[in-house]
Amino acid sequence: MLAVVGENGAGKSSLMNVLYGLYQPDVGEVSVDGQPVRFKSPRDAIARGIGMVHQHFMLVPTLTVAENVVLGREPTRRGLFDLERAVSEVAATCARFGFQLEPRARVDTLTVGSQQKVEIVKALHRGAQVLVLDEPTAVLTPQESDELAHIMRGLVAQGRTVVLISHKLKEVLGVADRVAVMRRGRVVAEVRAAETTVEQLASLMVGEGHSARAAGLADLHGGIPPGAATARHEPASSGAARPPGEATPTLTAEPGSRPPGETSLAGAVLLEARGLQALGDNGRPALRGVDLTVRAGEIVGIAGVDGNGQRELAEVLTGLRPLTSGEGTLLGGPLAGLTPAQARGRGVGHVPEDRLRRAVVKALTVEENVALGRHTRPPFARGPWIDFSGRRERTQALLSAYDVRPPDPAVPLHALSGGNQQKVVVARELDARPKLLVVVQPTRGLDIGAVAQVHAKLREAREQGAGVLLVSLDLEEVLKLSDRVYVFFEGRVTGHFTRPEYDERELGRRMLGAGTGHG
Amino acid sequence: MSDVLHALLFSTLDAAPALVFAALGAVLSERAGVVAVGVEGMMRVGAFCAAVAALAMPTPLAVGVGMLAGAALAAVHGFLTIRWRSDQVVSGIALNLVALAGGTFLLESLYGPNGTPPIQQLSRWELPGLASVPVLGALSGHSAPTYLALVLPFAFQFLLARTPLGLRLRAVGDKPHAVATLGLSVAGLRWGAVLGGGLLAGLGGAVLSTAVLDRFEQHTPAGLGFMALAAMVFGRWTPVGAFLAAAFFAFGNALRIGLVSSAPGLLELVPQGVLLALPYMLTLTLLTLQGQRSSAPAALGTPYEQESR
Repeated sequence: MLAVVGENGAGKSSLMNVLYGLYQPDVGEVSVDGQPVRFKSPRDAIARGIGMVHQHFMLVPTLTVAENVVLGREPTRRGLFDLERAVSEVAATCARFGFQLEPRARVDTLTVGSQQKVEIVKALHRGAQVLVLDEPTAVLTPQESDELAHIMRGLVAQGRTVVLISHKLKEVLGVADRVAVMRRGRVVAEVRAAETTVEQLASLMVGEGHSARAAGLADLHGGIPPGAATARHEPASSGAARPPGEATPTLTAEPGSRPPGETSLAGAVLLEARGLQALGDNGRPALRGVDLTVRAGEIVGIAGVDGNGQRELAEVLTGLRPLTSGEGTLLGGPLAGLTPAQARGRGVGHVPEDRLRRAVVKALTVEENVALGRHTRPPFARGPWIDFSGRRERTQALLSAYDVRPPDPAVPLHALSGGNQQKVVVARELDARPKLLVVVQPTRGLDIGAVAQVHAKLREAREQGAGVLLVSLDLEEVLKLSDRVYVFFEGRVTGHFTRPEYDERELGRRMLGAGTGHG
Repeated sequence: MSDVLHALLFSTLDAAPALVFAALGAVLSERAGVVAVGVEGMMRVGAFCAAVAALAMPTPLAVGVGMLAGAALAAVHGFLTIRWRSDQVVSGIALNLVALAGGTFLLESLYGPNGTPPIQQLSRWELPGLASVPVLGALSGHSAPTYLALVLPFAFQFLLARTPLGLRLRAVGDKPHAVATLGLSVAGLRWGAVLGGGLLAGLGGAVLSTAVLDRFEQHTPAGLGFMALAAMVFGRWTPVGAFLAAAFFAFGNALRIGLVSSAPGLLELVPQGVLLALPYMLTLTLLTLQGQRSSAPAALGTPYEQESR
C-alpha cells in the first residue's frame, strides 16, 4: 500500500486523475505491469485494472446500490436490463470482499461511510487490481475510518494494490507500507512508513526553511507527544475549571495550543434554546428537538456526520431558516421568527459554509466585500454616500491584520485564493465585533497556514468575550478548538462533552447515533 | 350525453398527439440533463418543413421531413450546450426566436401571410369494430399519430426503467461525473437524448400541420411547445406522467371548443380571448398547485465539465 501525501495544491489529485485517464499527461508516461499505456478515458484505465474512489463520491443518488455498481456494464436479458442479476452479482462481490451492503437500497438513503463502500465495491466489481482512494477519510467518523483501514489492509492481503491519497499523516503511517511526499507538483521524497515519523513527513511536505509551519502541521495532525506540548506551556495546567487535556492522549487535546489563564472566560448566556425543530431543504424534519446553550467567552463545537442537522441549526440561528417548533432566547430577543436583519442587529456574526453563495460577491472588490452588510454605517458610509477613504483604510487595516495576500483592497475578490477569501470573510465578521459568531466549516479546503490563522482568530474572538458556535465535519478541528462539544445525529443532540472529558471513541459512537440525551 | 362525451373525447384524441410528442421529446432531453426550452421552436420548424414538404411528396414522408427538421434545430442546441457548454436556457430561447422569425419570414416570402396552400392531410383510420360502440367509438377515425401517441409513452417509460440505455440516461441527468468516471461518454448520451428530443418535437409540429390542420399557419404552434414543457413538469419528468398531463391539457382545450360550439350565447358573456387563454391558465394553476414538489433531474441545466468536480 502506497500513500501519497502533500499539502493542498501539491498535485496529489491531479496526479491520480492522470492515472485514471480523466486528464491527459502533457509530458511523461504511465506504465502498468511494466508496459507503457496511454489512457484516453477512464474506460481504458478500468480495462487495465485501475479503480478510483473519488474524494467527492461519484454515485447517482437516486439509483440503488446495485444500479450504481453495474452502471456502464449492465447485465441484460434479451436486451433488457436484468435487475435481478445485477443485485445477485453485486451481492456476490460484496460477499467476496466482506462488505455489508444492501444492493437494493437507494444510495441517497445510505450513510457516508456506506456510500464510500459502494464506491469501493464499484471499483472491485470492475476487477480493479490497483485501487486509488482520494482523501477517503475526510468525512468519516473515527469508527468508519478504522473500518476503512481494515478494508484496505484486507485488499492488500488479497494481493491488490492500494494507493491512498491523504493529508492526515498519522493515519497514513498507520496503514501504508510506503509513503510518497508531494510538494508543488513533484514527488520530493519516498520513504518506508515504518522508518519515518509524522514530524519528518511534515517537514518534507512543506520543504526546507519552513520549520515553524512544519511543526504546526505535525501539531495539527497529532504528531507531537502530549508531554512535549505540556512542557512548552506549563501554566495551562494551573486552571481550575478546565484542567489540560493530556489525560486523553488519543484525542490530541493539545494543551499546548491553549494560552494560559483563560479558564474562566465563559460568562453570560448568549443563546439558550429548547426543543428546536426545523425542516430541511427537502421538507423533512432536519432538527428534531435540539437543546443548546452558548455562553460568552466559549467556543462550542457541533460534531456530527454531514447532514445531521448542523447546517440547519446554523441557519436557524442566523435567521435564514424558520423554526417549526421550539423556543429560545438569542442575545436578549426571541429566537422564533428571527430574521437575518434582526440576527445581525443583535450581534450575530456568520461565517457560512458556502462562502461563494452566502458570504461574498466574487465579482466585487475586496473592500466592497468587507463593507457588505455594514455599508450604510461608518466608516463605510457618510450619510447616504459611500465613504471611499474610510472604507479603504479599514479594509487595509484588516488585510494586514489577517495577513491576506495580496493586501490590495481594490482587487476583485475572485483574484484571491480560497484561503485568502475565507480570511476576508472571517475578518469582516469579526470586525463587526459580534457577540455570537456562528461559523460553519471555517477551514474547509484551506492550506495549513490559513487554517492556523483562522483558528487563531477564532480563539482571539473567544478571549475577547464573544461566544463562538463552531460547526465542522472535521472532528479534529472541533475537538481542538472547542470548550464544549454537542454531538448531532439525525437532528438530535446525542452527546454533550465538556473539555477535557473528550473521548474520541465515545464521540464517534454518538456521531453514529449511539446514546440519547446528554452524555 | 354520450354524444357530448364522444365529441369531447374525439377532439381530445385529435389534438393531444402534438402535445404528447413534444412533451416526450422534452422529457427525453431533460432526463439526460439538457434543458428543453427550445421545443416550441423545434415544433415550429417541424410544422413548417412538413407542410412545405407535403406540397411535393406524400404526407407521411413529409412528416419524416418535419421530424428531421426538428432534429436539425436540436443539433444546433446540442452544439451550443454540449459542445460549447453555453447556457441551456438562453440557447433554447434563442432557438425559439430564430424559429419564430425565420418561419414568419419564409412563410410570407414564399406563400404570403395566410399560411401555406392546403395539403393532403394524413389519412384517418376507421376501426370497424369500434366505430359503433358508444363513447369508445371516439377511438376510431384518427390518423396514425394518435395511435402512436397512445403507445409511445409507455414504451418510453419501459425504456427508461428497464433497459441499460435508460439507466444510463437517468444517471447522466442526475450525476454526469459518475457516468464519466465509469468510462461512459456523457456527451454521447446527451447528444442522443437531445437529437431524439428534436425528432419527437419535430414530429409534434408535423402532426399539427398534417393532421390537426391541413397547412402551416403563421402562429403555429402558438405556445403548444411551452405547454409541453408544463406537461413535462406536471408529469414529474416521467414519460407516462407527461402523457397524462398532456392529455389533460388537450382535454381542457377540447372542452373550451365544445363549450363555444354548444352554447353560442357564451361568447356574449365571456370574451373570446378569455376562453382562448383557458388552457394556459389551467396550466399555470396546476403548476402553482403542484408547488415545489419538484423532481427535476439533479444535473439539469448544468453543462458537464470534467474539471469541475
